[in-house]
Amino acid sequence: MKKKFWKKFRDRLSGRIFFILALSTISALVVITVFIFVSGMPLIAEVGLFSFIFGMNWSPSQGQFGILPMIVGTVSVTLGAALIGIPVGICCSIFMAEFAPAKMQVIFRPAIQLLAGIPSVVYGFWGMIFIVPAISSNLGGLGMSILAGSIILGIMILPTIISISEVSIIALPRHYKEGALALGMTHWQTILRVQLPAAKSGIVAGVILGIGRAVGETMVVIMVLGNAVAMPESILDSVRTLTTNIGLEMGYASGAHQQALFATGIVLFVIIMILNITAQYITRKKVKK
Amino acid sequence: MANKISINKLNFYYGEKLAIENLNLKIPANEIMSIIGPANSGITTLLRTMNRLCDLTPDVKIEGDVLLDGQSIFSEHSSVTELRRRVGIVFDVPTPLPMSIFDNVSYGPRLARKRNKKPLSEIVEKALTEAALWDEVKDRLKIPAMSLSGGQQQRLCLARVLALEPEVVLLDRPCSGLDPISTAKIEESLVELKKKFTIIISPHNTQQAARISDRVAFMLMGKLIEEGANIEVFSTPKDQRTNDYIRGRFG
Repeated sequence: MKKKFWKKFRDRLSGRIFFILALSTISALVVITVFIFVSGMPLIAEVGLFSFIFGMNWSPSQGQFGILPMIVGTVSVTLGAALIGIPVGICCSIFMAEFAPAKMQVIFRPAIQLLAGIPSVVYGFWGMIFIVPAISSNLGGLGMSILAGSIILGIMILPTIISISEVSIIALPRHYKEGALALGMTHWQTILRVQLPAAKSGIVAGVILGIGRAVGETMVVIMVLGNAVAMPESILDSVRTLTTNIGLEMGYASGAHQQALFATGIVLFVIIMILNITAQYITRKKVKK
Repeated sequence: MANKISINKLNFYYGEKLAIENLNLKIPANEIMSIIGPANSGITTLLRTMNRLCDLTPDVKIEGDVLLDGQSIFSEHSSVTELRRRVGIVFDVPTPLPMSIFDNVSYGPRLARKRNKKPLSEIVEKALTEAALWDEVKDRLKIPAMSLSGGQQQRLCLARVLALEPEVVLLDRPCSGLDPISTAKIEESLVELKKKFTIIISPHNTQQAARISDRVAFMLMGKLIEEGANIEVFSTPKDQRTNDYIRGRFG
């Protein structure tokens, strides 16, 4: 009897403990969200959502809070990173899933994982020392530019895109591939016409998560973008992203200025939320099918 | 009658494990050859060898030879994709591709760029008719193949193979998950189709083998025990093990 009681008790207790721990994760999310919104919303209300998002001038000392140049900065650097990271990443995942011999996979897979493990400050440092001077001496300008940021972020999002795409290709039912090959398709036709379309939702989800990472990245962009608050005219111009704005000015901001930085955070938060929800929606649709 | 396929001294290894041992078999053209035997006899392996789908499995070793019209299918000069167009296969589970009914059937011919420039819709209708599916799907060719029933999906897979106008059709327990009506439909069409193709089937039971085949081969543990005309094998088997199997004593 006694033993049975203890067993039951232990069962119930462990369930409760896990529940509380799980709850703390979610509550962290809730607390942060509420905090950002409470701190940033007053400023947006004061300035107006439209003139905050579409305002061209950012000079906190004069009470001007327009973040359009930074939105453009974030979007342009992210687009650049996507242009570099998506094709390379998808090709790499196809290679890993379909072509790489087992021995090569043993080297490639941990290497790609390692790429994800490099601290972003190291990427940024490498960009400052190597990419920025290379751009400056070959293409002119300062080198601190959208192009430099795009190249480095493009590399940084590779592991996310590759691992998720690869898994979604490998996870396809074996009969898709066999059925297609049995019809006399070549390996390449099978990949292009059957496997990629079937794995599409997983690949798209990987790409979106990768883009989310590029949008949220801070350290690298602080180090290589030059951080000028101005509308860029070419990919060799310096820009400031939303994350950079917060990272650079939070240290000394106060009052309305600080609120404006939180408001910048809200915009960033909403962008990332939209990306993540899209990714989840796409993967879930796949499961339902 | 000419032999469509000759298998000579075939040994098939998965790693160290011998799956098919010293197998010799001649398969005449335009007949239905049933290969029967209990599970794990090497029948699926044999079928997958005949169109070299076994290439996809890592770590296999093949000795001996398989000749299609007198040409080795393993020779350096023969193309695997060409072989697979000539020797089509239907698997034991329905395996439609994730696309519409029409696309599933027209896919192979479109990629193969058939020499006769028949319109695709004609090819699709002919193949689906041959597979006894046309009447059920003719009004909804654009719907996803996955929404068909299991039996219909399997007939779709047969149609998909037929659309390529192969010379040999391999069927690996094609009726294992099917209802009796779908099974009967597939059997009917097979008997009709042997006029055009050579058919090699691993039937899902001995009754099916007895109903439709011209010749029957019995395999056990990777060895060919006995091969002969349908009536001979079923009425007067030469080997005791064949007798036991077809009388239902094991397997």
